[in-house]
Amino acid sequence: MMNKRSEFDVEINDTKGTPFIDNAKISARNVEVFYEKKQAIFNTSIDIGKNQIVAMIGPSGCGKSTFLRCLNRMNDTIQSCQIRGEIKLDNEDIYARQQDPVLLRARVGMVFQKPNPFSKSIYDNVAYGAKLHGLTSNQVELDDLVEKSLMRAGLFNEVKDDLHKPGTGLSGGQQQRLCIARTIAIDPEVILMDEPTSALDPIATAVIEELMIELSKKYTIVIVTHSMQQAARVSQRTAYFHMGHLIEVNDTNTVFTNPEHQLTENYITGRFG
Amino acid sequence: MQKSAMINNEIIRKRLAKRYAKERRFRLYGVASITISIAFLLTLLVNISLNGLPAFQQTYINLEVNLDEDILGVTSSSNDKEFLQGNYSKAIKSSLKTLFPNVKGRKNNKALKQLVSSSATYQIRDFVMDNPNMIGTTQSFWFLAKDDIDVFIKGGIDRSLPETDRRIKDLQLIWIDQLLFDQRLEKRFNFTFFTQSDSREPEQAGIKGAVVGSLLVMLVTMLLSFPIGVLAAVYLEEFAPQNNKWVDMIEININNLAAVPSIVFGLLGLAVFIGLFGVPRSVPLVGGLVLTLMTLPTIIITTRAALKAVPYSIREAALALGASRVQMAFHHVVPAAMPGILTGTIIGMAQALGETAPLLMIGMVAFVANVPQGIADPSTVLPVQIYLWSDSPERAFIERTYAAIMVLIGFLVMMNFIAVIMRRIFEKKF
Ligand SMILES: Nc1ncnc2c1ncn2[C@@H]1O[C@H](COP(=O)(O)OP(=O)(O)OP(=O)(O)O)[C@@H](O)[C@H]1O
Ligand SMILES: [Mg+2]
Repeated sequence: MMNKRSEFDVEINDTKGTPFIDNAKISARNVEVFYEKKQAIFNTSIDIGKNQIVAMIGPSGCGKSTFLRCLNRMNDTIQSCQIRGEIKLDNEDIYARQQDPVLLRARVGMVFQKPNPFSKSIYDNVAYGAKLHGLTSNQVELDDLVEKSLMRAGLFNEVKDDLHKPGTGLSGGQQQRLCIARTIAIDPEVILMDEPTSALDPIATAVIEELMIELSKKYTIVIVTHSMQQAARVSQRTAYFHMGHLIEVNDTNTVFTNPEHQLTENYITGRFG
Repeated sequence: MQKSAMINNEIIRKRLAKRYAKERRFRLYGVASITISIAFLLTLLVNISLNGLPAFQQTYINLEVNLDEDILGVTSSSNDKEFLQGNYSKAIKSSLKTLFPNVKGRKNNKALKQLVSSSATYQIRDFVMDNPNMIGTTQSFWFLAKDDIDVFIKGGIDRSLPETDRRIKDLQLIWIDQLLFDQRLEKRFNFTFFTQSDSREPEQAGIKGAVVGSLLVMLVTMLLSFPIGVLAAVYLEEFAPQNNKWVDMIEININNLAAVPSIVFGLLGLAVFIGLFGVPRSVPLVGGLVLTLMTLPTIIITTRAALKAVPYSIREAALALGASRVQMAFHHVVPAAMPGILTGTIIGMAQALGETAPLLMIGMVAFVANVPQGIADPSTVLPVQIYLWSDSPERAFIERTYAAIMVLIGFLVMMNFIAVIMRRIFEKKF
């Protein structure tokens, strides 16, 4: 109880650490999100660097998913959800009137917590986005793209003989890699991942973590995770959320060895959350 | 610790016996109610079949007809008009006369002639017109027997009743016995029932007109209600703003429409389609329009339920790849919901197929002796045909009523069968 009191005494209006960096791919400023009247994100500002992996951690319900979904305007699909503030991708306001959410989502891909392949064949799952945006001009190119994407998602060797079997027939880990292949097939600039390995066993998780590190050479990745080990393993920077507030952003190393904020320390040492 | 665990086990065990007993009881109730339903269904089906099966056979009479020029009043060089005016009933009369030469008196002669159906004359006429070179020869024909003869042969008339109480006279009984003895009278498969439309003469009445009418009405209903219903449902489910009072009101109204008695749709159709837009009465087009009104709520409600059952994650997956809402809906959500949509549609169509009341309102109850050629030809439909026949005084229409019910049930079973197959196909595909 004593502990609890002190939690709310600490100042949480300012984000500790180094939320801002040079050369940001995405920069969010003073973002606030409301569901109906309930505020889910308070005054959050953060930069996400190019070709970096940024991990977002925090207790359940603190708003990690909500914030992540602001970055590709997935929250637009929830009618009660209202967003204030400014989010820029390559210095373009993604909430600007002239910004097309469909185009934005082609640039900012997303992988969800629960693998959600389409109930189509593996091939069609990967080819869907490319067909949608007309990225290939003929069948050979499309075949190529599908193969390349599956290859990069580390799935090709496992499924190369079953490309025309349904994607839903794969194992959970394979399905998640299929979803990643599907996302990278349209060659986005940023990939958002919301707890991509929470439904997977440690081996499948390790495969996907390796994949993330590989992908970060080309893409900017934001990952929400409940596993602090995972954040430590894959990310360069880590952001800690608490009850809708962004408490601290720092180099991953710093967050886990020398957190600036009391709440961060409480969380990473397992005192709550 | 040990002891309390043992006591707990005892308590649980005691309750367990009770719980199992409850479960057994419930299963018993379930089996009992299923048995009762099946018993009812079987009674119904057996009753219909017993009553309807005789209609698939019909009594025919074999006569040698002398196609004499003088009797018929036509020659092999006559034109069509002359053929149409030929005296074919005289040929039948004289043919009967040769079989029963001792019949005297006008009344008896009339009774003799009434052994065969009036369609016999058309049969000879058509034969002569098709084969004019046969004029002058004697040909053997199988004619439809008059409905009363048919009813008698099928055991519907008791010959031990006094003559005044039965529709077959004593003399006719003698003739029938003679014909039976000569093997000139027998039951054959009733093609007429499937190749002819309604008729005042039961032995000439068939369901072809009603079946074609029903198919045309179904076609119109299907072509209108499926696309409109599915699009409306997709819009309401995927595009319309949620928690909007207009959308809520539309939803409530659709639910209410599903519960509106079907005859009301008939009245509406009469007022709007016939009264306002001047669509002709009694035609499949207006029938289809009215049934579309009736089927739409069912299709919309079931389609929405099917769309709701598609996991939200599929929608998110599509949107996150940059699909527009329309692409999301039609590439992923609707295909995934297709089995449910088809089930709903076929349930709606099956309801429409069996619907009578609204069609009475728009004049599809008229007596139509022709097979409709298109959606703008006057026609009737199966359930209305059943209603019409069930209302007819002639005894021979009873079995036809049941036979038509059998055909209707046959169509319904077929539709459900198609629904099952389509569901399988779509489930396999997605
Ligand atoms: N669609 C929604 N409608 C209303 N409130 C919502 C909605 N989605 C999330 N919230 C609320 O917003 C807050 C933040 O939720 P969010 O899903 O972002 O948390 P999270 O950090 O991702 O949690 P978890 O780790 O459990 O996934 C929660 O209080 C939640 O109840
Ligand atoms: Mg979440």
